[in-house]
Amino acid sequence: MLAQTVAVMCVGASFILSAYLLYEYVAANLSPLNFPLYTWGETGGVHFEIGILLDRLSLFMITMVSFVSWMVHIYTIGYMKEDPGYQRFFSYILFFTFGMLLLVMSNNFLQLFVGWELVGLMSYLLIGFWFTRESAIQASLKAFIINRIGDFGFLIGIAAVLYYFNSLDYLFVFERAETLAKSPDSFSILGSGVSAITFICLCLFMGAVGKSAQMPLHVWLPDSMEGPTPISALIHAATMVTAGVFMVARLSPLFEYSDTALTVVLVIGTLTAFLTGWLGLVESDIKRIIAYSTLSQLGYMMAAMGVSAYGIGIYHLMTHAFFKALLFLGAGSCILALHHEQNIWKMGNLKSSMPITYWTMLIGCLALIGFPFFSGFYSKDLILMAVSASYLPFSSTAHVLLVLGVLITSLYTFRLFFVVFHAKPKLEVAHNTHPHEAPSVMWVPLVLLAIPSCCIGAFFLMPLFEGFFDDSFRILPYHDARLALKLKFGEWWEAPLDAFKSLPVWLGILGIFSTWVCYLKFPHIPERLHKNAGVLYTILKEKYGFDKLYQGIIMPGFRHLADFCWRVTDQTIIDDMGVNGTANRVNNLSSILRSLQTGYLYHYAFTMILGAMVLVIWLLLR
Amino acid sequence: MITLHYYLIFSAILFSIGLAGIFINRKNLIVLLMCVELILLAVNTNFIAFSRFLDNPSGQIFVFFILTVAAAESAIGLAILVVLFRKLRSINVETLDTLKG
Repeated sequence: MLAQTVAVMCVGASFILSAYLLYEYVAANLSPLNFPLYTWGETGGVHFEIGILLDRLSLFMITMVSFVSWMVHIYTIGYMKEDPGYQRFFSYILFFTFGMLLLVMSNNFLQLFVGWELVGLMSYLLIGFWFTRESAIQASLKAFIINRIGDFGFLIGIAAVLYYFNSLDYLFVFERAETLAKSPDSFSILGSGVSAITFICLCLFMGAVGKSAQMPLHVWLPDSMEGPTPISALIHAATMVTAGVFMVARLSPLFEYSDTALTVVLVIGTLTAFLTGWLGLVESDIKRIIAYSTLSQLGYMMAAMGVSAYGIGIYHLMTHAFFKALLFLGAGSCILALHHEQNIWKMGNLKSSMPITYWTMLIGCLALIGFPFFSGFYSKDLILMAVSASYLPFSSTAHVLLVLGVLITSLYTFRLFFVVFHAKPKLEVAHNTHPHEAPSVMWVPLVLLAIPSCCIGAFFLMPLFEGFFDDSFRILPYHDARLALKLKFGEWWEAPLDAFKSLPVWLGILGIFSTWVCYLKFPHIPERLHKNAGVLYTILKEKYGFDKLYQGIIMPGFRHLADFCWRVTDQTIIDDMGVNGTANRVNNLSSILRSLQTGYLYHYAFTMILGAMVLVIWLLLR
Repeated sequence: MITLHYYLIFSAILFSIGLAGIFINRKNLIVLLMCVELILLAVNTNFIAFSRFLDNPSGQIFVFFILTVAAAESAIGLAILVVLFRKLRSINVETLDTLKG
């Protein structure tokens, strides 16, 4: 009783305060406020501190994070009611929220990293929440270790920042970014020179690849669905995985000066967006489908960052947070109603028994595919337009792939929707399941999240175009497409109507129609496709072989390397030759010298006299 | 004339014989003690010779001291020898190798 009250009150208070701060900041049109709070340490002229930077980006993020977190906390009261680890769960998600807020509000790279690691740790603890389950333990370790691999790059990036700027403070570094970009400092990697700022940005981006589950480090996110549904909603949809996107946005002054890094961001984002969507088409677990959807949408956000549309990317981050959290919580409501059943083929016909869940999920799905007037439409369409307006090398291909991605998004989303809510269950349903609507603690957050999924898109469009984020991002003029986009996009009511003349909306509608045909009208079509698709199906089922690659080749490779280091370097060289070897050499030497100690007195006397004689002769001859 | 040199050479020879005896001797512990006495005697002779040729009675007085020390030392040495014999039942020098490392 106490756990939930304290938790919900604290996070609620946090949301209200954040919203208030945001309102005050925007109303008074303040400029960024930097508060260094506490000096952590000082060494070699470098100052490590804890501090807060308040500008529109960070205030926006903390409002969004605290709102989604609040909804999840309220939802958890209902979802985790019978779980023995109830209090532990609340402490974990509270601490997670702390870590995320720390990350977002920080004013220096070190605190960013501390928050980064904290959310990674809480993600590990939460994915492995039901730690008696073997699969949960493996999934949590997988998430943490892959995150670590990204963090390796991130740390090198931070070290490079420290090396070049001699400070980790954001504002300090941002001021001097341009001078570094223009200077001829460069690294020589594998023969060709890499400019310093490109190197820094690429290394920092590696951290984002790990944290935000971009390819090739995306493999942990589907497995992270082993954790309870509320954390899938909180961590792996709205907050932790967006930390990487946030980081790229926050560091826009650095990324702007490196076209190479931006192109890399664009390429990886686009590939993630396009390829991971396909994987959602062959999944049967409701949470995993939504997880692949998250992967795909994160790719869209990264692609937006790549074309320097930072504001639009953060806009999509926000709308995605709302509708994805909504989808996850709705899925959780279905799962709970069917007594922890997660296979979509065992669900069906839930429309009549769970109306609130049905309607809110419908809103979420429509927002996800970017149906006009819902929030997802505005952000996704803006991303597509921004990518097409960009001059980066890969942008035209990226535009094509992202538009196709809309079709795939629509396919997997409505496949999920129709199978769960409309179609009859294909597999054996457990007896005694009479699903009924979730308790109010659970459906109230759903409704509260559905409202922004509908409306916030339209509501936020104008502020975005008026330059809401102007004080947080730096965009170089030749990357800047904002004015062109504003003119092309129009008002919030014009754009959706205009959109019916463009391709993405029709692809979305095509997707809805195809899935209706395949799963409701003629249910035998998917099976026929499955039989004929063969190779394609196998590739998708194997998730493009990433898991096989990692577990079959890379991990054994590292294990052999570690084995070699242990057996040869540690045991043979250091132990046998170094430590024991030295002892043995001393032993051998002393056994040779031991033969001088004969034990016979006359030998000793003889040696003494001999020594005395030598001394006397030497003194005489001197 | 018998000069100082003769006495010094004589004393040196006595000393060397005693010294050689300590090294060469392998069989008899008593011979070891006797050689130590010989060395002391050689040093005594040296003192007397110098005392006579330099007309200084100090040398002869010092011989008293040396003789006393020699006597005491041989008493103790023989006492140790007796106790050692009771233990080892032999006076062979080669059996005394317990200090062997």
